[in-house]
Amino acid sequence: MNNLLEVNNVSKYFGDFKALNDVSVSIPKGSIFGLLGPNGAGKTTLIRIVNQITMPDSGSVILDGETLSQKHIMDIGYLPEERGLYKSMKVGEQAIYLAQLKGLSKAEAKKRLKYWFERLEIGDWWNKKIQELSKGMAQKIQFVVTVLHEPKLLIFDEPFSGFDPINANLIKDEILRLRENGATVIFSTHRMESVEELCDDIALIHKSNKILDGKLVDVKRQFKINTFEVGIRSNNQIALEKEISEKFSVSKANFKTLEDELKLNIKINPDENPNDLLNYLTQKGEVSHFVELIPSVNDIFIQAVNNS
Amino acid sequence: MNHLPLIIKREYLTKVKNKSFIIMTFLSPLIFITFIAVVAYLTQLNNDKVKVISVLDDSGLVRHVFKSTEHTSYNNLEGMSLNDAKALVQESEGYGLLYISKVSEGPIKSKNVTFYSEESPSITLISAIENKIQTELTLQNRINEGIDVEKLEASKVQIEINQESFKGEKTSKVDSVVKLIFGGAAGYLLFMFIIIYGNMIMRSVIEEKTSRIIEVIISSVKPVQLMLGKIIGTSLAGISQFVIWIILGGVLMTVASFVLGVDLAQMQTPQQQMVEQAMATPEINSEIQNIVTAFFNLPLLNLITAFILFFICGYLLYSSLYAAIGAAVDNETDTQQFMLPILMPLVLAVYIGIFTVIEDPHGTVSTVFSFIPFTSPVVMLMRIPFGVPIWQQVVSLIILIGTFMLTVWFAAKIYRVGILMYGKKPSYKELIKWIKY
Repeated sequence: MNNLLEVNNVSKYFGDFKALNDVSVSIPKGSIFGLLGPNGAGKTTLIRIVNQITMPDSGSVILDGETLSQKHIMDIGYLPEERGLYKSMKVGEQAIYLAQLKGLSKAEAKKRLKYWFERLEIGDWWNKKIQELSKGMAQKIQFVVTVLHEPKLLIFDEPFSGFDPINANLIKDEILRLRENGATVIFSTHRMESVEELCDDIALIHKSNKILDGKLVDVKRQFKINTFEVGIRSNNQIALEKEISEKFSVSKANFKTLEDELKLNIKINPDENPNDLLNYLTQKGEVSHFVELIPSVNDIFIQAVNNS
Repeated sequence: MNHLPLIIKREYLTKVKNKSFIIMTFLSPLIFITFIAVVAYLTQLNNDKVKVISVLDDSGLVRHVFKSTEHTSYNNLEGMSLNDAKALVQESEGYGLLYISKVSEGPIKSKNVTFYSEESPSITLISAIENKIQTELTLQNRINEGIDVEKLEASKVQIEINQESFKGEKTSKVDSVVKLIFGGAAGYLLFMFIIIYGNMIMRSVIEEKTSRIIEVIISSVKPVQLMLGKIIGTSLAGISQFVIWIILGGVLMTVASFVLGVDLAQMQTPQQQMVEQAMATPEINSEIQNIVTAFFNLPLLNLITAFILFFICGYLLYSSLYAAIGAAVDNETDTQQFMLPILMPLVLAVYIGIFTVIEDPHGTVSTVFSFIPFTSPVVMLMRIPFGVPIWQQVVSLIILIGTFMLTVWFAAKIYRVGILMYGKKPSYKELIKWIKY
């Protein structure tokens, strides 16, 4: 079994409102899986179904080869987007309580908490109340509580919100480390640059339907635009630009160069070989820049949502 | 995985360790006792002031019955016109002037007696004076008519009916009073408990919602478990508070009455004092005896079992509704519209308990309402001291438990959906929709 989590044909209605329509996703073991979608698409509903907070109307969820049931609660760590802690409870007490709810013994919870608190250098918060801490501090504790019971599956919904860049980086490194240690991560966010950076696989949900999924590389290949960013030096740039634009579909490009080159985005047909383009260009001048444009997750997101 | 004990423990400890809870626990009895003590003290102070009443009796028939007492001093005026007397009393700032005009023939009638005062006189004072005049004039009339007063007194017969049930249990009037107090106390206690701790549960649910921890929690625990844990934990905290209140109240009461020299337990209204004065001393002893026997006449075992069962079920029934309300709203101000339907049956139960159970504990109204689940805990608890057939209690309890389970199911549905809903205040229609989710 290569997939840690398999969501099969899950549908969920809230009254007349269809929150999820026959959605299936497979999350490979040890991957970081980006769950994307516009606001209100149904991501949270899907995550809640995986957490058994909401039950699906139809379809099934398989975790590590077994149908999802109560006993899997301790195999999952969930950091919801709407998160918080008991304001008037002390940090340590609270963390132990939440860990106990996930099935850890008190002693074990204490031991692991000590380790994590030292690791994140927050040991002296143990006896503070949450209301005395800043939002970012509380988020750190929330993160520790989520991962403390070392679950197989970690679900992070906007994990970086509320963190300054330094702490966001710290948390990012921790997530990567957890993955190295064998955890599988579902990562839901609107920050496309973090998806780009972290995710191996993605799924895009839009208006209750899954419209796209797969390995990030494959998805990018699928959205390939066959466009090359080109910089070329020539004595007569205006004439050259005119000549190229008669042959290819062209737009102005913008990137940094040393000289005052002609900068263009050149689109070729999918069946054309980029080498032909390069050959053609080298005959016309001195090529300083030749890069295939890869669609960003951001572009894919927008394009996929608009097309559906 | 059963997390219920863990949740109960947390709820209990958080409640008990809460500063305002601690303050409330220890300060309330103090405030309450101080309040009673102050009232008692002030009442005494008020009574301590001697009322000076001047009497101008032109008929000369009743003048001699007004003898000064501790609280009232009578001042006989003679050979003075009414106007002079009025002026005199006003000038000397006396409490009032009792004027009995001259009667040419026949007995003194109401129109012959007038009481003049600056402000409206107290009712107790007026009835005391009326009493004095009536007794004296009746006596005089009897003498005039040649009735042997002593014989008349001696011929009076006093009857106290012995009450006995068909089963042979002896009861008395005192019994009824004791029963009423027991039933009333039990019913009222439940009422107070529901209101105070139901609200506490509601607030704690709202707190979890506003602090947004709820989603973290219910990814580990089933919402029903969380709800039940909350209800039980808060109830245990409530019981602890109640026990402390009772102990502390008892201690403070003793201390206060010792210090202030006011017998708080015996604090009575003037009316009661009058009644008591009318009663002869030897009877008081037998009265106490009656109360003691009345207490042991109560179906104690039944009472205690029923109290525990009805109290728990009734309380759980209402508190699950409170929890559901807490889950449905975002903040306390939004709870109002949902509170009314909860409070209505509760208040109704108390009123029915007070008004109909006293009148006729086994009448149709009280019987019916002791079966309706939302009023039955309070009404039944009030009825039981008067002896309710066991089958009625059992049936009522079964209905109550059935409703309780239904309510918990219903509350859990609303709770499950509600805790994840933020933003707008839901309408009843939406709540019903949630049940179908």
